[in-house]
Amino acid sequence: MSARAPQGVLELAADVRARRTNAVAAAEQALARLEKSRGALNAVLAVDRDGALARARELDRRSASGTDVGPLAGVPFALKANMCLAGVEANCASRVLAGYKPPYTATFVQRLLDAGANPIAITNMDEFAMGSSGENSAYGTTKNPWDLARTPGGSSSGSAALVAAGVVPFALGSDTGGSVRQPAALSNLAGYKPTYGRISRYGLIAFASSLDQVSPFARSVADVELVTRTMCGHDERDTTSLPEPAFDAAPDADSLRGLRIGVPDEYFPATLDAAVRARTEEALAVLERAGAQLVRVSLPHSEHAIATYYVVATAEASSNLARYDGVRYGPRAAGDGSLQSMYAATRAQGFGDEVKRRILLGTYVLSSGYYDAWYRRALKVRTLLLRDFERAFERCDIVAGPTSPTAAFKLGEKSDDPVAMYLSDVLTVPASLAGLPALSLPCGFVADGASRLPIGLQLIGPARADARVLALGRHYQKLTAFHGELAPLAHEVAA
Amino acid sequence: MSTTPATVGSAATAPDPARWKGWIPVIGLEVHCQLKTRTKLFCGCEYRFGAEPNTLTCAVCTAQPGALPVLNREALALAVRAGLALGAEIAPWSKFDRKNYFYCDLPKGYQISQFDRPYCKGGGITLANGHRIRLTRIHLEEDAGKAIHDRGAQTLVDLNRASVPLIESVTEADVRSPEEAHEYLDRLKEILQYAGASDCDMEKGSLRVDVNVSVHRPGEPWRKRVELKNLNSFRNVSAAIEHELARQIAIYESNDPSQQVVQETRLFDAQAGVTRSMRGKEEAHDYRYFPEPDLLPIEIDAAFLAEQRAALGELPEAKRARFQSELGLSEYDAGVLTSSPALSRWFEECARLCGSPKDAANWIQNEILRGLSAEQRPASAIAELRVTPAGLAELIGLAHKGTLNVPGARQVLRAMLETGKGAAALVQELGLEQVSDTGALEQWCREALVGKDKVIADVKAGKEKAIGALVGPVMKASKGKANPQVVTEILLRLVKELP
Repeated sequence: MSARAPQGVLELAADVRARRTNAVAAAEQALARLEKSRGALNAVLAVDRDGALARARELDRRSASGTDVGPLAGVPFALKANMCLAGVEANCASRVLAGYKPPYTATFVQRLLDAGANPIAITNMDEFAMGSSGENSAYGTTKNPWDLARTPGGSSSGSAALVAAGVVPFALGSDTGGSVRQPAALSNLAGYKPTYGRISRYGLIAFASSLDQVSPFARSVADVELVTRTMCGHDERDTTSLPEPAFDAAPDADSLRGLRIGVPDEYFPATLDAAVRARTEEALAVLERAGAQLVRVSLPHSEHAIATYYVVATAEASSNLARYDGVRYGPRAAGDGSLQSMYAATRAQGFGDEVKRRILLGTYVLSSGYYDAWYRRALKVRTLLLRDFERAFERCDIVAGPTSPTAAFKLGEKSDDPVAMYLSDVLTVPASLAGLPALSLPCGFVADGASRLPIGLQLIGPARADARVLALGRHYQKLTAFHGELAPLAHEVAA
Repeated sequence: MSTTPATVGSAATAPDPARWKGWIPVIGLEVHCQLKTRTKLFCGCEYRFGAEPNTLTCAVCTAQPGALPVLNREALALAVRAGLALGAEIAPWSKFDRKNYFYCDLPKGYQISQFDRPYCKGGGITLANGHRIRLTRIHLEEDAGKAIHDRGAQTLVDLNRASVPLIESVTEADVRSPEEAHEYLDRLKEILQYAGASDCDMEKGSLRVDVNVSVHRPGEPWRKRVELKNLNSFRNVSAAIEHELARQIAIYESNDPSQQVVQETRLFDAQAGVTRSMRGKEEAHDYRYFPEPDLLPIEIDAAFLAEQRAALGELPEAKRARFQSELGLSEYDAGVLTSSPALSRWFEECARLCGSPKDAANWIQNEILRGLSAEQRPASAIAELRVTPAGLAELIGLAHKGTLNVPGARQVLRAMLETGKGAAALVQELGLEQVSDTGALEQWCREALVGKDKVIADVKAGKEKAIGALVGPVMKASKGKANPQVVTEILLRLVKELP
C-alpha cells in the first residue's frame, strides 16, 4: 500500500477491522511517511515508535483472536505536545518543560486508545499554544506542506502539517482562540472545536482553562466527527466537562431545505482578503443551492473579541503557567542560590518571548487596581459576545463565515508584529469566548505565485449543537471536492 | 472585618480598662482548621500526619501539567457542618478563586481558595461572660505542602499536605482580651470537634491561628493593626496578644516620634516572649485573585443542607445543659465530661450501662482522667484505654452490690487498665470479694471486742462513733475483704447484746 494516496480514518479503520490490512502495517506506513517528511516539515517533537509498534502488534493479536478492536482500529494519529500520554515527552514546545514525561495519560487519549487508535508522535506547536503560526516554538518552525515557505497556521502547527502531508489520517490539536480552526483553514483540513466541555481537558496542558478545547484535524468532516465522538462525554476528572455522554451523529439529509444559515456582517469586513471573501461567498452559494436559506445576522460585539480574548486568556495563562518554576519538573536554573532568583532564572531562560509577553499582560490585568478596568470588564464583554450569538441563533440555525482573514502567510511575515499576528484569530475568537462548537473546512484555493493555498469556511453552531454543525459540514463535503485535494508534499511522501 | 468597634455583649463583662492604661484592645482571630476527610480537597489522595514525605501524592496534588482539581463532596459536607455548628449562614451559591503567589511548597503557583463569595457567612460564639464573638465568614481552601529548611543547605519540599482541605474562619474584631481569645479558641475547637469537622490538633497542624491586634482610646478610631503569626498553642496565642498589646501601648504612651506602630506581620517568639517584625505592608502580596476556571461554582441545595444538619450531633453547649438537667451532674462535672467528644461519648455509655451517672462521673474523673493527666495525655485518650465503658460500668455495679469495697475497686480498676481483663474476673483472681458472710464476720467481731471494755462502755453511753476503733482490727483479720459498713453494724449489735 506504500504508493497509495493516504487513507482517511473511517476507510483505514474499516480495512483493519475487516483484516484487509493490519495495525502494524498502518503504523509502519505512518512512521515511514513521518520520517520522509520530517526534514521538510519539522512537525514532530517526539516519536513513540516502540510504543506504537507494540500497541499495533497487540491490536493485531486481539483482532486475530476475534476480539472487536474498536471503531478506530489501528488508525495512527499524532498528539500535540501539550497532551499527556504516560511516559512520552510533552514539553509544550517550551524549554521550561524540556524532558517532561507525564506520569499519566489524558482522558481523551485513553478513550482513543480504547477505541483502537494508535498514537505515533508528538507534534510541534507554538510554545504553550500561544501563537498563530508555529513560529513561537522553542524547537523550530513547522512548515506548511502546501508551501514550505509558509506557515501551516498555529498554534497546532505540527498536527495540521502531519495530516496535510498525509502522514496520519488524523491528529489532535487544541483550540483556545482558533488554534485548530485557523491551521485547518491554512492546510486544507477539517478542524473541529466542539462545544466547550464536550471533551475532558484532563491531560491537556492548560493555556487558558475557560477556553481550551481538544480539537481534531482530519481531511474529512466525517473523520473529525468520529474522532470527536470517541473522545467526548463526561469525565469525572474534569468537572467542567458536560454532564452528558457522547452525542449521536445526525443522519445524512437529502437537502438543506429548512436550514437557516446566518451570515454575520462583521465577518466580512472591508479589509477581508478578496480571495477569502470570494471562496466563502461561493461556499455559501453552494449551501443555498442545496436548499439552505441565507439570513443576514449581526454580531455587533465582535470588534471587541480580540481585546477581550487577550485579557481573559492571558489572565488565566499567567496563573496556569505559574507552576513552571523549576521545583518539580523541567530544567532548573541555579540563580544566586535564593528561591526567588532560582524562579526568576528558570522562568527567564525557560519561556520564550511571546509566552513572557502574555504572562506579563495577564499578570497586569489581574493586578490590584487594574482588575476592574481589565479583567472584570473583559468578562462582561464576554457575556455580551455570548448574547450576540444567542440573538443571532433566534434567527438562524448555524452561523457561517470565513475561518481566517487570509490564506497561509509567509513565515517571518508577522513574527515581529504581535498585534498583526493576534488579528489572525479575529474570526475564530468569538466562538471560543462563547464556548460554541465551530468547524473549519476546505472551501477552495487561491493562487499566490507558484503556490496554491487553501481557504477555509467556518460553521458555528449554538452550544451543544455539535451534531448539527458536523452534519452540515458532511453535507457540504458531499457537494464539493476541495477536501480531497492533497498538498504537494503529501504526494511526495506517499510516493 | 467591620470598621466599627465591637458593641455586642454587655459593657459589664468588658475587661477592666485600667489593665491597659485606658487603651481598649481590638483583637480578631483567623483560624485555619483541617477538615477530617478521608481524602484531599481536590484529589483522591489520603492524608496522614507524619507519613513518609511525598508518598501521599498524585498528578493532581503535585500539579502535574494538565491535571485538574475535582471537589471532594465530603470536604464540602464537613465544611457545611462546621458552619451550621457555629450558627452561620450557608450560601446557596459560592465559588472558588485562585490566590496567586510563588513559594516552593505551593505546587500550582496558586492556592485554590474562596475570595469574595465564601460558602459561609456570619455566626459566632458566645463566651461564658455573655460576650459574643461574631464570625465574619468561613471559607474553604486547600492547604499548601511543607517546606523543610532545617536539613542542611537545601530546602526540601513535602507535598503530602498539599491540597488537604482547610476551613478558614475569620472573626470580627470582637475579642477584647487575651483571655477571651483563649476561651474563644477553646470553644471553637470543641464545637468543630463535636461537629466531626476537624480534629483541631495544633500539634499536628490541624488547627492554626493568626491574630490581628490593635488598640484605641474610647471614642477614638482604631490604631494600626498588627498581624501575629507562628502561634503554636492557645497559651501562646494569649501570651502573644498580651505582649503585643503591651508593646503597642508602650509605644503610644512613650510619645516618642521615633517609635511607631506600623501595619505589619510579626512572628511570636514563645521562648523570648516577644513579637518580631516579619514583613511590612509595602511587601504585602498582590494575590491577583480571580475565579477558578477549572471548577464549577458550589451550589448547595436544601436537601444537602438538611442532610448535613441531620448529621450534626448534639453540640457541647446542649450536651452540658442536658448532663446537668437530665443526669444530675454539677456544672463543673458536666464541663469536664464534655471537654472532648470522645470523653463525653465514653461517659454517656458508661452512665447508661451502670445506671448511675454520678458514680460514672466520679470514677471517670477521680480515677481515669487523673491517671491520663499524670501521663500528660489528653482526656480524649480515654477511648484508647484498655478499659471500656462497659468494663467500668461492671466495676461500679460490683462496688454497688457490696462485692467490692472502695480500695478493692481501685485496685481492680488498675488491674483492668493494665490487663484489659473484666472486673468480675479480676475480683476473683485477686481474691478481693468482700466478706459479707455474717458467720465469719461475727466471729472476728467477737474476737475484736475481747478486752475492749472502755470502747464498750463509751458505746453503751451513746458514743457510737467509738466503735470505729474496732473496725480496723476486724478488717485486718479479714485481710481487707470485709465490708466495713457490715462490720460496724455487727459490732454495734454485739455491744448492745452485751449485758
